Amino acid sequence: MLSRTAENLFWMARHIERAENTARVLDVAHRTSLLPLDIEGTEAYLWYAPLNITGCAAGYERKYGLAKAETVTYYLALDPDNPSSIYTCLKIARENARAVRSAITSEMWEVINATWLELNRVSEQMEYEKFPDFFDWVKDRSHLFRGVTLGTILKDISLSFIKLGTFLERADNTARILDVKYHILLTEADNVGSAADYYQWGSLLKSVSAFEAYRKIYRDVISPLRVAELLILRDDMPRSLHACMNEVESALIDINGSAGREARRCAGEQHAALHFGRIEDVFAQGLHEYLTDFLGHMDSLGKNIRDAYLSRRDNFDNLPTSRAVQSQQQITT
Amino acid sequence: MNMKAKNYFDEMRIDNETIRDIYERYQHWQNQLPSGALERKSAEAELLFRRLGITFAVYGESTGSERLIPFDVVPRIFSATEWNRLERGIKQRVKALNAFLHDIYHDQNIIKAGIIGKEQVLENVLYCQKMQGVDLPNQVYAHIAGIDLVRVAENDFYVLEDNLRTPSGVSYMLENRKTMMRLFPELFASHAIEPVEHYPQMLFDTLRESAPQGVSDPVIVVMTPGSYNSAYFEHAFLASQMGVELVEGQDLFVHDKKVYMHTTEGAQQVHVIYRRVDDDFLDPRVFRPDSTLGVPGLIDAYCHGNVSLANGVGTGVADDKSTYLFVPDMIKFYLGEKPLLSNVPTWRLSIKDDLKYVLEHLPELVVKEVQGSGGYGMLVGPTSSKAEIEAYKQRILSDPANFIAQPTLALSTCPTLVESGVAPRHVDLRPFVLSGKEIRLVPGGLTRVALSEGSLIVNSSQGGGTKDTWVLEN
Repeated sequence: MLSRTAENLFWMARHIERAENTARVLDVAHRTSLLPLDIEGTEAYLWYAPLNITGCAAGYERKYGLAKAETVTYYLALDPDNPSSIYTCLKIARENARAVRSAITSEMWEVINATWLELNRVSEQMEYEKFPDFFDWVKDRSHLFRGVTLGTILKDISLSFIKLGTFLERADNTARILDVKYHILLTEADNVGSAADYYQWGSLLKSVSAFEAYRKIYRDVISPLRVAELLILRDDMPRSLHACMNEVESALIDINGSAGREARRCAGEQHAALHFGRIEDVFAQGLHEYLTDFLGHMDSLGKNIRDAYLSRRDNFDNLPTSRAVQSQQQITT
Repeated sequence: MNMKAKNYFDEMRIDNETIRDIYERYQHWQNQLPSGALERKSAEAELLFRRLGITFAVYGESTGSERLIPFDVVPRIFSATEWNRLERGIKQRVKALNAFLHDIYHDQNIIKAGIIGKEQVLENVLYCQKMQGVDLPNQVYAHIAGIDLVRVAENDFYVLEDNLRTPSGVSYMLENRKTMMRLFPELFASHAIEPVEHYPQMLFDTLRESAPQGVSDPVIVVMTPGSYNSAYFEHAFLASQMGVELVEGQDLFVHDKKVYMHTTEGAQQVHVIYRRVDDDFLDPRVFRPDSTLGVPGLIDAYCHGNVSLANGVGTGVADDKSTYLFVPDMIKFYLGEKPLLSNVPTWRLSIKDDLKYVLEHLPELVVKEVQGSGGYGMLVGPTSSKAEIEAYKQRILSDPANFIAQPTLALSTCPTLVESGVAPRHVDLRPFVLSGKEIRLVPGGLTRVALSEGSLIVNSSQGGGTKDTWVLEN
């Protein structure tokens, strides 16, 4: 596969996943802001969380100053000036898809293109009250895209690069949500077991679609330790770090190639750490420190993947391998 | 033929009462439609095209602006007999044009025979010195040709121009058919229409046959200038239909006179490039040094026979509007045959008498730049104001050799859905001709239609639309 094609597939998937995650984070912030039990205090306190999770706090402050419900929502959802807004993510995803139109199925392209056209229509007549519907719509489109992808694309390395983008982004996002929210929630430690606690932890779980899973697995009051265990170590929980790294590692094994050795080693190491990790050890290290480490590893994994597969090397140090030639012949015959 | 005729040949109606045979069944079907049905289908078609992203980029507007080429839901219909005649003429013409290109880049017999002037070929800016003596597989230069035809009477077709560089539009031919089948399945049940859907397979076969000598299983790619090019949709479409990679210049590099692409598994050699990048931008070492779309060293690899380019380099010299004049002579010279398709009578303004005649008759004529394309920079006398004609006259006088003139042709009309209902509009036809070891084409081609009343300019860049083109089986 062309390196440029792989690069565009990777980023297409990453941006769609990012749009979905931002919608989730905003959705939860909205729900929380409706709760009568405003234990987090001021509006600004509540609305800084989505800015911090998405890494948009600095850009927001420059433009708007203090965090307010309407401006934060607009900035993260629809602001074309924000390089991480849902709007920008879906725009870039479409540009990525357009650049590799011949490498994705027409159904995939139609979903992305129709999403983009609809987004432009919606964003022109958006009102604050309509945002919850909008977040649902973004999630639906992301689900639809994933479903269409799995249902139509050839299971070759195109799919592997798409998975790589999706699950690296998702792991990154789950780690960030956990870090930011946990930090806020732990300061309210004396409320453990209270109704407020139930709603606050509940909202964190809901933001990663893990609320029902939690009830099903633990059938008990929501405790910080279990929430962390669920979102970090449980591999049956689709948005946990462990589940994400399962997918990342298997995608890298499918892609293979001599250039990807370091990326595979790095992913394997992280995967093993999650596979054999214990939540007590995570807490002994300190959750924040643990997550910071994890995000650092994700960063360098991303860089390894870029170096191995996605960048174009103008020199000729990478002679054609017999395997590469063979597989191309299979394609053309 | 009366060039000034105001009575246009209508492809559907002989007069108000009589319908030509081939349109009878269609017209019968249309008569039974409830009012507004065609309009609704037309709106549905537009939605389909937009959702599928079948768009072309508009130059000079902000990046990413994309427009639809208007699609007309009324088909244009040919009988099998009409088509067979056209097909023979088109194949003959393309064969002669390829023979001409091979000749002028080798022995130049046609110049030696005094049929075409040395200066017409060798001093043409589109003549590519680099190609002199380079042998190409099958001696084919224009693998993909678009021959623009117009009709002025029942049996009178003219070739308006030959497009031998990077003719586009074939994706519209294919998508138009797909859309028609989706909108009007009942029409396809009641008519026996020759299919066109196998064009990508024919293109693939043609490209495979054009591989460098000794390469039996070539790696083929489509090369695009990028996603902001006006025809990007078509490039991506053809690559995916053929199942080959769509590359940009940045994906390719040359090592030891061979072309490779950067892949996730390292470098991979490429043997055939269906390039939709103009000659000038192919290789900054040979052509425009500022081109970032091309691949340094590509032409060197090409001239060494390690990679095939489709179309070949230097074909422009044969589709130049001043070379056009000589195509009937080429057919006689190379094939020893009588041309089956006629040229439009053409005045060359480099010739004194022609210039004089043309300047006196500007309001009746169409004047074009010799190397222009896309309907830009031309004068259509009958629809131009006095001031426009005067301004154009000054342009001609500053460099007469840069222009040719033709009579204003009475382009045939075809019923077309416009705001006021179904009304006649002028059309032309571009069949796509593939040359490998043999010459192939699918029945029909792309019909372009001038949507404003009376307009004769069908180019999409000038507000033209397209139609599905049917060739009925016998």
